[in-house]
Amino acid sequence: MNFRLRVWRQKDRQSVGKLVEYEAPDIPAAASFLEMLDIVNERLLLRGEDPIAFDSDCREGICGTCALTINGEAHGPDHPGAACELYMRKFQDGDTITIEPFRVRCFPVIKDLVIDRSALDRIVQAGGFISARTGSAPEANSIPIAKPDVDLAMEAAACIGCGACAAACPNGSAMLFTAAKVSHLAQLPQGDPERGRRVLKMVRTMDGEGFGNCTNTYECEAVCPAEISASFIAKLNREYARASLRRSAGE
Amino acid sequence: MIGSLDPKIPGGPLANKWTNHKDHSRLISPNNRRKFEIIIVGSGLAGGSAAATLGELGYRVKCFCYQDSPRRAHSIAAQGGINAAKNYQNDGDSVYRLFYDTIKGGDFRSREANVYRLAEVSGNIIDQCVAQGVPFAREYSGYLANRSFGGAQVSRTFYARGQTGQQLLLGCYQALCRQIAAGTVQMFPQTEMLDLVVVDGHAKGIVTRNLRTGKIDNHSGDAVVLATGGYGNVFYLSTNARGCNVTATYRAYKKGALFANPCFTQIHPTCIPHSGEYQSKLTLMSESLRNDGRVWVPKRKEDCAKSPNEIPESGRDYYLERKYPSYGNLSPRDISSRAAKEVCDEGRGVGPGGRGVYLDFTDAIERLAGENAYDIPMRIYPAVHYTMGGLWVDYNLMSNVPGLFVIGEANFSDHGANRLGASALMQGLADGYFVLPYTLPNYLAAHIGKRPPTDHPEFRKAETEVRAKTDKLLKIDGNCSLDSIHRELGMLLWDKCGMARNKAGLEEALGKIPELRTRFWREVRVPGENEDFNQSLERAGRVADFLEFAELMCIDALTRDESCGAHFREEHQTSEGEALRDDENFATVFAWQFQGNGEIARPKLHREPLHFETVHLTQRSYK
Ligand SMILES: Cc1cc2nc3c(=O)[nH]c(=O)nc-3n(C[C@H](O)[C@H](O)[C@H](O)COP(=O)(O)OP(=O)(O)OC[C@H]3O[C@@H](n4cnc5c(N)ncnc54)[C@H](O)[C@@H]3O)c2cc1C
Repeated sequence: MNFRLRVWRQKDRQSVGKLVEYEAPDIPAAASFLEMLDIVNERLLLRGEDPIAFDSDCREGICGTCALTINGEAHGPDHPGAACELYMRKFQDGDTITIEPFRVRCFPVIKDLVIDRSALDRIVQAGGFISARTGSAPEANSIPIAKPDVDLAMEAAACIGCGACAAACPNGSAMLFTAAKVSHLAQLPQGDPERGRRVLKMVRTMDGEGFGNCTNTYECEAVCPAEISASFIAKLNREYARASLRRSAGE
Repeated sequence: MIGSLDPKIPGGPLANKWTNHKDHSRLISPNNRRKFEIIIVGSGLAGGSAAATLGELGYRVKCFCYQDSPRRAHSIAAQGGINAAKNYQNDGDSVYRLFYDTIKGGDFRSREANVYRLAEVSGNIIDQCVAQGVPFAREYSGYLANRSFGGAQVSRTFYARGQTGQQLLLGCYQALCRQIAAGTVQMFPQTEMLDLVVVDGHAKGIVTRNLRTGKIDNHSGDAVVLATGGYGNVFYLSTNARGCNVTATYRAYKKGALFANPCFTQIHPTCIPHSGEYQSKLTLMSESLRNDGRVWVPKRKEDCAKSPNEIPESGRDYYLERKYPSYGNLSPRDISSRAAKEVCDEGRGVGPGGRGVYLDFTDAIERLAGENAYDIPMRIYPAVHYTMGGLWVDYNLMSNVPGLFVIGEANFSDHGANRLGASALMQGLADGYFVLPYTLPNYLAAHIGKRPPTDHPEFRKAETEVRAKTDKLLKIDGNCSLDSIHRELGMLLWDKCGMARNKAGLEEALGKIPELRTRFWREVRVPGENEDFNQSLERAGRVADFLEFAELMCIDALTRDESCGAHFREEHQTSEGEALRDDENFATVFAWQFQGNGEIARPKLHREPLHFETVHLTQRSYK
């Protein structure tokens, strides 16, 4: 297959970037999107040009490293799935494909298509955990947990931390990311003792990082490779309200 | 510099060794712990759990990974599950059985004491993970569920959908995040270790390159822990993530650490077949599918081109069930992979090039849903997946270089010549949560206040070498891509040092690898500069190490003149085509010492004989 690419090139965080056009002829339809970029890079290299920087690792949709906006959509047209799970057969021969990094104020560009998502780590550091000292755990089967509860927790826990939710959101909100972690841990009895503290701290950090607010556009849910439901955002809001109320009641 | 290879296995009966050892290891008091700086390279299950636990204990930890976040370590990709001897199914499991299955699965090429300890702490891992909020699958009763994995006749594998590695790693990442917030762990993402610094014979630091800026830094510590994962990517195509590498362990090897059993590499039977040259990695179908599926090929060559649905039941050869009736589709990986190769070599493989077998879920679907949902069975073929070899460590997980500890897939310790499914996650977490936190203080207690400043001459020297190597890579002014040479290396290894090996093939590979290396240093092009986010430079360093390491693998495979587990030397097989061990000469670990000064010379072999006091060495049988 043959494609024309328009790729975001930006030397570093300080520089101004721009879209640059490349021809990508003779691409096997069975190649993945990232393999197509590998092929283009190999050709650029042999022509003496600088390859396009883009990040990836597992290439099977679970590590959350790849973070491409393809034709204006986070992770491209084949939802649900990360950009690494997108195949060229999904496009038409002769298509022009625009490739940019995730566009979020809180994810500055490092180079070309590579961004800095450390803000997401800081949200988790603020409280996205259960403080279980190594070695202090009780016997695993001592706390039965209803299957529907654990299944729901798993649905939230499946988040791969790619940040597509924030990239798709017109407000650059990381609510779905934060909601997934808060919901996962609040759904389980083990997470209960720190439930209130956790949500307050995570939301405060999320706001402090400069992520926008949620205005219920559901774009996040539409692009999420892990199919995290936007209903978890409602859960986050409830958790937040509950914790704030308890705090103001002096608990 | 190397004494005898003493594995330092504690005395006493097998079941008491670990308890006795812990009871007599030295401790560090809480207010002294903060005087120690521990360097941990790697944030996967092994490194992440170690960093979180040691930070929590009060040590000052510096943790490094090459990804942009510790949550993206390759452990995230593990699918199927994690073993533990909980016996929740009441099907006869016990610590001893998990120990025995693991030692037998490894074809009697691992240490009894290490494997026993692994089985012993396996239950604690599940407890710990549940406490952290890992959403393991449960039954309607609310109690934990299990599934079956290869090499066992009990159901002892815990899982979280098909995303067990992800959930375990997130549990561990979250514990790590808690310590980062508490200030006990300092995290260095996108930072690659490029050399180990040894001062007065002890590992005391590392040299790193910041992958974003190119900045080269020195870090000194009271001990260095490598948790850098496996080297399966030496084959170019594998189920590993793109960035998985041998660089950290190989450079430690060049600084004196022994590399053990490098030829023991696992080829997983159920992967999606290779499709074209552009392909950048192979994808695993979890082994838990084998549990539900049945593997077959047509009985007759003439049927191979037909659609599978046209082949009647009587025309199908369920070869695993035929050859290994009691384990069937759950035979260990080395055996299942070899069986697939064998039927394909006979000309009965399916799909492009005849390199595939069918995995059929019809039965399972009918059993579960009462309907036939899959029309066509899927095609699968074996692919490189895991590396049992790694840096040599003693019972304390310390290498022969004092102060250098190695945990997780990066060490060689527990899986012998073949790893059973769902035991790598178990080992990584055992090492990081429950073993290292006991054995590391024992070393530290005797070496208080020995951390050198980072301008010590050994740091300067290592840093200069790292810079020189980077410059040299950037100066190669060729016109060939890194991937093309790496791919060639991978194909060579797959052919000559893959599922089957023989003397002539290995010698041929040993002739060709140096040629590839020469071509690499003459013909590749590494664009850009050091002071930049330069992915080509990053990859070039890794490929350069693979090109040296591949030789070590082949030397090891050639020297181990027997078959065992995944190491199948065609010269040594039973009349039924099974691996034929030679316990008299090879019930021993091969640990290689780097020789030469920059140039690669033939490495020196050290042996650690394996003593079996509890199990009887038998011909492995899964029939
Ligand atoms: C697709 C797949 C599925 C699997 N499924 C299962 C399963 O179901 N059950 C099971 O038990 N096992 C499974 N395994 C095996 C298991 O996942 C791994 O063996 C295990 O996770 C390795 O953990 P680790 O902590 O040792 O290394 P990794 O998780 O690979 O972590 C390595 C760490 O080291 C860092 N690193 C590497 N090199 C450097 C360097 N030079 N400088 C700085 N940092 C570096 C990386 O950034 C990373 O943080 C699977 C493996 C694969 C590939």
